[in-house]
Amino acid sequence: MSTPISTDICIIGAGPVGLFAVFEAGLLKLRCHVVDALPQPGGQLSEIYPKKPIYDIPGFPEVLAGDLVDNLMKQIEPFHPTFTLGERVERFEKLDDGSFQLFTTDGTEIHCKAVAIAGGLGSFEPRKPAVENLEQFEGGRGVHYMVRDPEHFRDKKIVIAGGGDSALDWTNFLANVASDVTLVHRGTTFRGAADSAEKVQKLHEAGKIKLVLSSNVTHLHGNGELKEVTITGNDGKAEKVPLDCFIPLFGLTPKLGPIGEWGLEIENDAVKVDTLDYSTSLPGVFAIGDINTYPGKLKLILCGFHEAALMCQGAFKYIFPDKKYTLKYTTVNGAPSM
Amino acid sequence: MENDIRVYVEEAPGQRTELVGPTDMGLSLMELLKASGYDIMATCGGMALCATCHVEVLAGPALPEPEDAELDMLETLPVVHEGSRLSCQIRLTPRTDGLVVRLAATGA
Ligand SMILES: Cc1cc2nc3c(=O)[nH]c(=O)nc-3n(C[C@H](O)[C@H](O)[C@H](O)COP(=O)(O)OP(=O)(O)OC[C@H]3O[C@@H](n4cnc5c(N)ncnc54)[C@H](O)[C@@H]3O)c2cc1C
Ligand code: FES
Repeated sequence: MSTPISTDICIIGAGPVGLFAVFEAGLLKLRCHVVDALPQPGGQLSEIYPKKPIYDIPGFPEVLAGDLVDNLMKQIEPFHPTFTLGERVERFEKLDDGSFQLFTTDGTEIHCKAVAIAGGLGSFEPRKPAVENLEQFEGGRGVHYMVRDPEHFRDKKIVIAGGGDSALDWTNFLANVASDVTLVHRGTTFRGAADSAEKVQKLHEAGKIKLVLSSNVTHLHGNGELKEVTITGNDGKAEKVPLDCFIPLFGLTPKLGPIGEWGLEIENDAVKVDTLDYSTSLPGVFAIGDINTYPGKLKLILCGFHEAALMCQGAFKYIFPDKKYTLKYTTVNGAPSM
Repeated sequence: MENDIRVYVEEAPGQRTELVGPTDMGLSLMELLKASGYDIMATCGGMALCATCHVEVLAGPALPEPEDAELDMLETLPVVHEGSRLSCQIRLTPRTDGLVVRLAATGA
């Protein structure tokens, strides 16, 4: 197991609110580590609506969600936050000295003095196809719901399932990486970006990939490791295909997940907080953004930003109960950095 | 009421719950389901961007064909049925009176 990451605040969730919390913490000279279940930062903005304009961010009459995320990333650069992406925080323990130990799904261990949950709607989890023994081959045994490192698939035989943009994009990309690529799609047409669909078609015509339409992956076979899948056509005809990896790409859906089991006071799937500093029922743990609830709560980015600023003051006091912090404006302090 | 229609949610085979919804408020089926306490997330608030309002239309009047945005989203789901629709894209109008739907499995 790798060495534990040590930081002042661990921020769970790299949505807009978690990212802005890094900036606010940085102004107080607090170091941050950010963890997100998604492979990229931005939360709902990157996952659901990257190309949609947002009109209610102060100072931006109009900004695309994806651009807002890029700007937030740029704004926090001077504070050198560290990131663990593509892993969900699963377990969480408070130690006797008031600090915390967090563990992700992949076993990454984070030791921190305060925790800021900016988990939004919960972690985005892959939508799974209805294949009976799917779970048996998860966790590195052949089924991958995301392509985190394309190199993992170098010279492997892979089957991708799905008909949306990510299935098309990864088919095109991995055609040059994997030794053998088969794309299985339930329908006969692709409704993803027209040029990606065209590229897939061209690769198929050139014999570089296999395209199996009007079909589904219906069974997985192997003993501990995935060895074969059965692809069944809508006409009922089935065929076994040998492979190393099966990559079902059907998008992601948010689930509150483990946060609900950490002993925090919860109301309607959201964490109850004190609006003084967005602290939860457990001292040292704060909750900001869409994940929290209090009288008058509005699920808006703007409100999450405000919560992040106040939360950091609270976290500072929790971490340094004897230190006094006097608020200085960034315009007085000059360009902030760590 | 004069402007009300009925839609039915099939909870289990043969077990249907009747919901009454107004047709003069521009409501979607998703909004009616949510207001009636059904467990659908409708993360994107009805913009055909999340598919967490997926339903299966089992019976009832013929609905207008889905638009491209709805078809695009349905395409990304691992499991769809012949009658799969996004409930946020179905408006409650006198033409939807008598619709019978089943909520799709969560996440799908
Ligand atoms: C279609 C749409 C349009 C919108 N338009 C606007 C708008 O115009 N203006 C506006 O202000 N708001 C808008 N919103 C709302 C806005 O997107 C949310 O208020 C905002 O994203 C909340 O930010 P967040 O950082 O709290 O959470 P999120 O953006 O949800 O990010 C939370 C992150 O936490 C991660 N996470 C959760 N649990 C864990 C865990 N256990 N381990 C690791 N990671 C975890 C998730 O994977 C996710 O990436 C819109 C929302 C939608 C869906
Ligand atoms: S509510 Fe998001 S697609 Fe219907």
